[in-house]
Amino acid sequence: MPIDPGARIVGHESWNDYHLLSVATPAVAAAAAPGQFVMVKVNDQPYPLLRRPLSIHARDGDRLEFFFKTSGVGTAILAAKRPGETLDLLGPLGKGFRPPERASGKLAFLVGGGRGIAPLFFLAEDLHARGVKVRVLYGGRTVADLPLRPKFERACWETLFATDDGSHGFAGLVTALFTREAAARRPDVVYACGPDPMFHALAGAVRTLGVPAQFSLEAIMGCGIGACWGCVHRLRKDGREAWVKICEDGPVFEASDIVWPEGT
Amino acid sequence: MADLAVDLGFRKLRNPVITASGTFGYGLEFQPFMDLERLGGFVVKGLYLEAREGNPPPRLVETAGGLINAIGLPGIGVRAFREEVLPRLRDLDTAVIINVCGGDDDEYVRVVEALGRERGVAAFELNISCPNVKRDGACPALAPEPTYALVKKVRAATAVPLITKLSPNVTDIVAIARAAEEAATDAVSLVNTFLALAVDVETRRPKLGNVYGGLSGPAIKPIALRMVHQVAARVRVPVIGIGGIMTGTDALEFLIAGARAVEVGTANFVDPAAAVRIVGEIERFCEDKGIARLADIIGTLRAA
Repeated sequence: MPIDPGARIVGHESWNDYHLLSVATPAVAAAAAPGQFVMVKVNDQPYPLLRRPLSIHARDGDRLEFFFKTSGVGTAILAAKRPGETLDLLGPLGKGFRPPERASGKLAFLVGGGRGIAPLFFLAEDLHARGVKVRVLYGGRTVADLPLRPKFERACWETLFATDDGSHGFAGLVTALFTREAAARRPDVVYACGPDPMFHALAGAVRTLGVPAQFSLEAIMGCGIGACWGCVHRLRKDGREAWVKICEDGPVFEASDIVWPEGT
Repeated sequence: MADLAVDLGFRKLRNPVITASGTFGYGLEFQPFMDLERLGGFVVKGLYLEAREGNPPPRLVETAGGLINAIGLPGIGVRAFREEVLPRLRDLDTAVIINVCGGDDDEYVRVVEALGRERGVAAFELNISCPNVKRDGACPALAPEPTYALVKKVRAATAVPLITKLSPNVTDIVAIARAAEEAATDAVSLVNTFLALAVDVETRRPKLGNVYGGLSGPAIKPIALRMVHQVAARVRVPVIGIGGIMTGTDALEFLIAGARAVEVGTANFVDPAAAVRIVGEIERFCEDKGIARLADIIGTLRAA
């Protein structure tokens, strides 16, 4: 398992609270697969104490890209990093997205909300290379929540956009866009990452359609390697419900196995 | 090359660094990051008789220099441990210590009976101090009498060496350590986590699903060190120091304060190879200071 204590930042783009870091980390990059994550120590101080999980956004040779939104002390420190500084990375970790069997020619919908778009770029590139027809649905509250729009527009697959306020693309939730698009052409498989309300709506939609789906869950993690049992989510496993470690058994799970808390 | 060996009486360790229960899985999780035989020993995650689910999330919250956990001792139970895990641990040349849990005294006894004849178990560590399984952190280690009663019952049930893990959430930890000693524990380990609370001011709810949790990490080290110093001065059995050890220097502080060995916990989450790094840092300290035998510095705290 690679630990790269000196992963050098080679690029940093930012849009308000959203950031895209490009990091040279050959050993971690070589082992990475779509849907996996790394644990990053943002400084060498006792606060913040723990590493932070970051999903892998893209791979470019021996570089990895990480896309995140500042949400607390750890991400704020990361957001202040400049090219030339280094990060301490542990990874790649977890079980990522599984491509469809006999992938070539299949149609995949990739649904991302806000910062949840992060792992879907790496996945889209991988699926595209396998001959899967990729259609990305990228949603946010406003156009300002779609900072990666130009990057997805340049890519060699189709991306549709949705904003809650109609400032760009489809006016409404990305899940409503999904329902419209899936009615026009039923996907063979769905991949998603985003906030819980998006997962809830999408879980219902894919169940109705009878389409298999894989969701990438997010959690506060203590260790990232299955030792602390801190990052659990309720899942159906071996025919019964259990608290399952997101870091080790996930972060990507079959949507039909995920149990959502009552009242959500 | 300095001699890092320490003697717990019932067992000699190649060095004083043991990884703490609940932070090191069942050991196997860390094999990709280290040679487990470089450790003095490791303590596997607490075992009840049966498999357990643990607490609802959120189970972790980070605070300044610390981590509050309310994991609630999920685990695979004795049978799965004996059949699936222990066979992969028992031939390791290091001290494999089993952390033992119980809902009542009888369950502790049944766990040690179920595992006490297995080859490759260096000691049982009695977890009488987890704050996360009963309301308001209740556990046997909060008073001398239940501590004495429990250790005595377990003592009668097994010949395997016993380490009793103490809670810091007490008025007089020395009294509890002495109760464990009178009940014939072979060593005491201290401290477990500090009962703690974190509040989300937006929702005015606790940040943990279990309301309270146990605080660990660098934030607790000075208090843990004080307690180790007090206990080491008042009991004859070996003391294993635990609490916020992140570096070799931290570990040396505990040894100088009187600990015969140390357990490294939260540091394993931050750096999976932390325990082995700490061994190396202790070794370098000894070489720099010309200390031939690490054991010679145990309990050598000088007057202020």
